[in-house]
Amino acid sequence: MSAPLLSIEGVTKKYGAIVALDGVKLDVGAGEFFALLGPSGCGKTTLMRSIAGFETPDSGAVRLRGEDLAGVPPHRRPVNMMFQSYALFPHLDVFENVAFGLRRKGEKEGAIRARVSELLEMTQLAPFGARRINELSGGQRQRVALARALAPKPALLLLDEPLGALDRKLREETQFQLKEIQRKTRTSFVIVTHDQDEALALADRVAVMRGGRVEQIASPIDIYERPATRFVAGFVGETNFVEGVIARDDGLAFATTFGRLPRAQCALPEGARATLSIRPERIEVAREGQGIAGRVEDYVFRGEYTLLRVRVAPDVVLRVGAYDGRFAIGDDVKLTIAPEAGVLFAAAA
Amino acid sequence: MMRQRRLSLGQRLTLAIPYLWIAAFFLAPMLLIAKISLSHAVLARPPYEPRFLSSDTLADIWAKAQSFTFDNYRALVADSLYFDSYVSSLAIAGVSTVATLLVAYPFALAMARGPRQWRPFLIGLAAAPFWTSFLIRVYAWIALLKDEGLINNALMALGLIDAPLQMFATTGAVVVGIVYSYLPFMLLPIYAALEGQDPSLREAAADLGASPLQVFLRVTLPLSRDGVVAGALLVFIPAVGEFVIPDLLGGSDTLMIGRTLWNDFFANHDWPAASAAAIALVVILLAPLLLWERARLREEEGRR
Amino acid sequence: MSRFARFGVLAAGFTFLYAPIVILAAMSFNASRLVSVWGGFSTKWYAALLENEPLIASAKISFAAAVLSAAIATFLGLLAGVALARFRAFHSRMLFFGAVHAPLVLPEVVLGLALLSCFVAFGIGRGFATLVVGHVTLTMCFTTVALLAALRGCDPTLEEAAMDLGATPVQAFALVALPQIAPAVASAFLLAFTLSLDDLVIASFATGPGATTLPMRIYSQVRLGVSPQINAISTLLLGMVALALGGSALVMLLGKRRGL
Repeated sequence: MSAPLLSIEGVTKKYGAIVALDGVKLDVGAGEFFALLGPSGCGKTTLMRSIAGFETPDSGAVRLRGEDLAGVPPHRRPVNMMFQSYALFPHLDVFENVAFGLRRKGEKEGAIRARVSELLEMTQLAPFGARRINELSGGQRQRVALARALAPKPALLLLDEPLGALDRKLREETQFQLKEIQRKTRTSFVIVTHDQDEALALADRVAVMRGGRVEQIASPIDIYERPATRFVAGFVGETNFVEGVIARDDGLAFATTFGRLPRAQCALPEGARATLSIRPERIEVAREGQGIAGRVEDYVFRGEYTLLRVRVAPDVVLRVGAYDGRFAIGDDVKLTIAPEAGVLFAAAA
Repeated sequence: MMRQRRLSLGQRLTLAIPYLWIAAFFLAPMLLIAKISLSHAVLARPPYEPRFLSSDTLADIWAKAQSFTFDNYRALVADSLYFDSYVSSLAIAGVSTVATLLVAYPFALAMARGPRQWRPFLIGLAAAPFWTSFLIRVYAWIALLKDEGLINNALMALGLIDAPLQMFATTGAVVVGIVYSYLPFMLLPIYAALEGQDPSLREAAADLGASPLQVFLRVTLPLSRDGVVAGALLVFIPAVGEFVIPDLLGGSDTLMIGRTLWNDFFANHDWPAASAAAIALVVILLAPLLLWERARLREEEGRR
Repeated sequence: MSRFARFGVLAAGFTFLYAPIVILAAMSFNASRLVSVWGGFSTKWYAALLENEPLIASAKISFAAAVLSAAIATFLGLLAGVALARFRAFHSRMLFFGAVHAPLVLPEVVLGLALLSCFVAFGIGRGFATLVVGHVTLTMCFTTVALLAALRGCDPTLEEAAMDLGATPVQAFALVALPQIAPAVASAFLLAFTLSLDDLVIASFATGPGATTLPMRIYSQVRLGVSPQINAISTLLLGMVALALGGSALVMLLGKRRGL
């Protein structure tokens, strides 16, 4: 990546004793779709509001194209935001909502009409220009909010839980629309979400945040396959955590209460306590043959697969994704875990 | 706690304008009467001593401050006129508040249980007299209550009484006037509390075996407590300091502090005594005010 | 409460509220000077009003003072409301909040006495100007409360959205918040106007010779007993309020239809 469009350099923000942001560092490139993912209270919204100019960091810098934005008020920042509540103006119609930012720039009437029409077209709102906000459905409101934020051609678009208020079906459809619009406009999007599916589906890169800190920044695949911390592994997707000790007797192994598992190379020393994170779908399940013996305790049918709860030791139950075969409660099964299937973390001291 | 931060220039200007007004025409006058209440009356204009002048040196101010006295406050307790006025004001305001509550509660209940589409109209109609002149509404009662007024005429025409009842110029007339004038203040909070109640709560109570009376006493009434408290304070506090109602409807023996203050100030020109009485009145009203503030804060917290 | 009981209570309640007003209005058309005698329908007391020059002069003064003080009080209330609803915590916020709300519960006699002492102590001649000052001080707490509630009820993220789209803070307020609280601004103005027009106590303290208000005139007449001319002017005032209330109800209804 050459010079980043947006760079956050060690931004810290405290509210009294509460640390909302703790030395956050990250870069967003031009034309990139970037996601800030984390549970509520992780600081992602504070970070977004600091970029938009509604919060002032206690220390650190927010730079856009290398320029420090400190002291620049929200209305002078070439950054637009799509609010979680949409914040559409109830006293203006759809057209005037979208035109609001253009009018503040003092553009000519003709240019405003052209730009607003273009955006209404892009968001499939063309017939609704004269409608009032309270006459629109939830999905239409969401698209007005998007069109309004895009209208002044911001260098960077911030989206605060853009799909949060939509129902499940509409959400997936809208995900594709968002991606398409982002590609067409070549604008950098920074989306804030607590929904891992949304972040993984939309973003080129994801920053996972927790307690005001960035835990990992990586592509969606790397976040899922190679989580940097135990928190990331647990927050993104489903996983099993297995406690054990790093061993090296006949080959690399991980010693657990229910047997020895093969493992990949890792930086942890022999004898160290560690946690293995293993995704349910990475555990192979069979009725017989080699492997760890277990008994099916319960199962949930999930459509493309069945999630089994398999007891492998008196105190250990693993969740296993079974893609074929029918299982019943009480069935005896054999589980196999490939050496590269899981990720090892040092156990918390 | 939010960190204290400096306001921008525009924000400070926005704040400064109302702030200066309040400081010049509310805070400063209040401080001034607090000071006058420590002075003594003289025949002059303004009729009190000492007065501070802009030409005073610090020593002058110190010398004049020596003459400050608490005599006016001592007189408030010793002077039976003032003392009786306070007691009588509190009693009349208390009785009126209870009477207003007894009128307002069934009224509010009937509105809150009325057909949904009628409720805004009913409550609007009940609140409308608040917008009409207070003075005129009190005046309207004179024609009703006088010896040769409409109520006495009607009662005599019906043969219920032989001679007119003395209603006008009595303490009872003052109570009626307060109930009538302040009814909307009691009505609105009680209505709001009753209207906000979930009807399924009453159904649940009835389902669990409560009789209609028990439903009212155990569910409806306790849940409307906040409205009753707010309404009672909204009536009681202004009623204590009321001037117009006792002056127009009350008799010469109806003592209320607002009226006593007025007379002392205008008729007797005893500014220090009136100022001390005013300050004392504010202090007396502080207790229900603090109660009110606490209730308001609790409500605000509950909303969050 | 049964339907029957409900109807009875409502009928009794509204009779209590409206009967004295209606009787007063009816009596203003009574040709007889006596309360107890109906001397036939007449508008002669209204005609007499037109010749009562001091009363008309007072009405003009009251009306002018009400318009002016309501305008100032609404403006000050708007500024105070914005400061309390939108600004970050500032140092003397509690003092400001308390001072703004205090006149709401302070007996009018006390406020009037304080204002008069202040005018006299600083050698300010009393008249129309001091009357307006008194009424603004009395009514701005009401306008502040009304506008503060309206501002709190309108989502601050809308103003943030406007600023995000390039509006300065002043533009954001004028283009986004103000249109939404416009009905509240109008009703705050009307409330201040009504209170000022109605006030007797503050006016008696704050005004001076040459600026006697209508309530002061009415009061001095009323102390002498029921007067048909006072019935007439009262009925006129009641009619004005009824018109204003009907008008504002209409504005509210239209506002609701527009989705505000």
